Amino acid sequence: MVVFDKPKALTDAPLHYCPGCTHGIIHRLVAEAIDELGILGKTVGVAPVGCAVMAYDYFACDMVEAAHGRAPAVATGLKRAMPENVIFTYQGDGDLASIGMAETVHAATRNENITVIFVNNAIYGMTGGQMAPTSLPGQVTQTSPYGRDVKTVGYPIRVCEMLSALDGPELIQRVAVNNVKNVMAAKKAIKKAFQNQIDGKGFSLIEVVSSCPTNWGMTPSNALKWLEENMIPYYPLGVYKDRSAKEVK
Amino acid sequence: MSEKVLMKGNEAIAEAAIRAGCRHYFGYPITPQTELAAYMAKRMPKIGGTFLQAESEISAINMVYGVAGAGYRVMTSSSSPGVSLKQEGISYIAGADLPALIINVQRGGPGLGGIQPSQSDYFQATKGGGHGDYHLIVLAPASVQEMADLTAHAFDLADKYRMPTMILADGTMGQMMEPVSLPEETTSKVEKPWAVTGTNCEREHNIINSLYLVPEQLEKKNFERFEKYAKVEENEVMYEEYMMDDAEYCIVAFGIAARVSKNAITAARAKGIKVGMIRPITLWPFPKEAIAKAADKVKAFISVELSMGQMIEDIKLAEECRKPVVLCNRTGGMIPDPEQILKTIDTLIGGNN
Amino acid sequence: MAKVTFKTDICKGCGLCIEACPKKLLVIAKDKINKKGHSPAEMTDQSKCIGCAFCATMCPDCVITVEK
Repeated sequence: MVVFDKPKALTDAPLHYCPGCTHGIIHRLVAEAIDELGILGKTVGVAPVGCAVMAYDYFACDMVEAAHGRAPAVATGLKRAMPENVIFTYQGDGDLASIGMAETVHAATRNENITVIFVNNAIYGMTGGQMAPTSLPGQVTQTSPYGRDVKTVGYPIRVCEMLSALDGPELIQRVAVNNVKNVMAAKKAIKKAFQNQIDGKGFSLIEVVSSCPTNWGMTPSNALKWLEENMIPYYPLGVYKDRSAKEVK
Repeated sequence: MSEKVLMKGNEAIAEAAIRAGCRHYFGYPITPQTELAAYMAKRMPKIGGTFLQAESEISAINMVYGVAGAGYRVMTSSSSPGVSLKQEGISYIAGADLPALIINVQRGGPGLGGIQPSQSDYFQATKGGGHGDYHLIVLAPASVQEMADLTAHAFDLADKYRMPTMILADGTMGQMMEPVSLPEETTSKVEKPWAVTGTNCEREHNIINSLYLVPEQLEKKNFERFEKYAKVEENEVMYEEYMMDDAEYCIVAFGIAARVSKNAITAARAKGIKVGMIRPITLWPFPKEAIAKAADKVKAFISVELSMGQMIEDIKLAEECRKPVVLCNRTGGMIPDPEQILKTIDTLIGGNN
Repeated sequence: MAKVTFKTDICKGCGLCIEACPKKLLVIAKDKINKKGHSPAEMTDQSKCIGCAFCATMCPDCVITVEK
């Protein structure tokens, strides 16, 4: 009996991501959630600009490629036109927390009934490793070659903490994909974010702390160690807002 | 056609859009198009539609992109500075071959400019506006009746050619009240098998996209799109000829400038000067042939514009510089009056004699 | 008995599966190169596999199918 195989919500197109890039894991988790909820036929995904720009080739559902940062606005249009469909966005840190911050915050505060998958790897990958809104203090990137200097460029943005201050959103949760246990927890969170939409609960954002071995200049496994030792302390995992839960952490 | 009702131009666009089957409107407050959004805010919830005041013009146009991708009739409206913000989304809509309607009730610019009427977004509207090779079909109403009629027509054209269309109005057109017969209720007559409505697990997935990383593919896509534009130019040109049969001087003007020009023509003819007018209704495609034909018989063209002279370039291109083209203009929210137009004609006659 | 199958052609040799395997049964086949130019991961001793699917869970490219 097959206990683990590629989900149906992924196409057969080989992923273009670098070796060890965790986008592949996160794509699979989204696809598994879609499969398990039986919503492949009515799901429409919105791809970002960034490394995941070609996600429209990888997800087997209908897909829209959005302009940089605009995915939540595009998803809003799709959801308002087709309330019975399931709409998700898949966005990186530059897309969601820099150029698209307004779209993110306002979709959240409207409690727009969409699912947002936010991949935070603290760097702009597609363009070759520039400083992201979530790059850590001191982190060396192409555009912070002496390390992120918080005195001149400010501090990283903690998206979950910030959005959870809003009354609007239904679910704001941060997960990571650095080990098997966390990947399984991430899967559960992503599935819940889709279930919330099906149940009409509203805006559910899952931030997935992930790695970028190529632009961090590390092996894939060292990148996951760096993630655990540096990213997670700055971006603590957990549920930041869950309006339906009786007790919120 | 229904009984005539008295409406503002902005409201006529809104009601005509609803009657054309548009159930999704996204906008952001800006003068002088506010009545349009206010009308939609009142009506849409009553008819099961969407009115959403977006966080920005950028968001509004991207919401439009989403609805258009789903295959539904959708519109946004704004005024000049706001339309500049929408250009990113308009380029993506054009690049993904989506039908959508954008309304620009123009005001003076550049920058924050003013809030009085203007036609100084002509270049932006007719030459593309955003990045990349593309066009919009641009319609220029000159009455409240046309605000309504051209809105309905713009939705049909958008669906027919899978491309964004624009109503290029101005503050006077938006604010003025006139009796109008509202168009009949219709909806899209075009099948949209490309729309992202969910595969229902019965077909390959649809993708709404403007990204082509292989240059050969992007070039091919652009060539195909321009073949479509050639068809638009062939089939969809609209203009009005006014007293052109015996005209020796041809005014070219659209929108409010055309209305003022009609008064100037009456006054000129009373003085025995044979003046006529070509009023482009589609600014893109531009009525090139009509202008070229007029160049065979008139002595000169007068481009009457509420700008520093933008359409005048298209007139010169259309008549291939065979006859002089002079500009009669006001800008910054000012409107030329018939006397100014008459004076321009007088100067022309003096110059020609 | 558990069985893991690798779609060797699409493996990028990132090694995340190797780290994940609790029995340390996986290696990079340094003597092999797939058509993408990567040395793929492979199973050293199928008989010791417990079918936990940890390898597949960490694989970014859906290379691994697990049967039990």
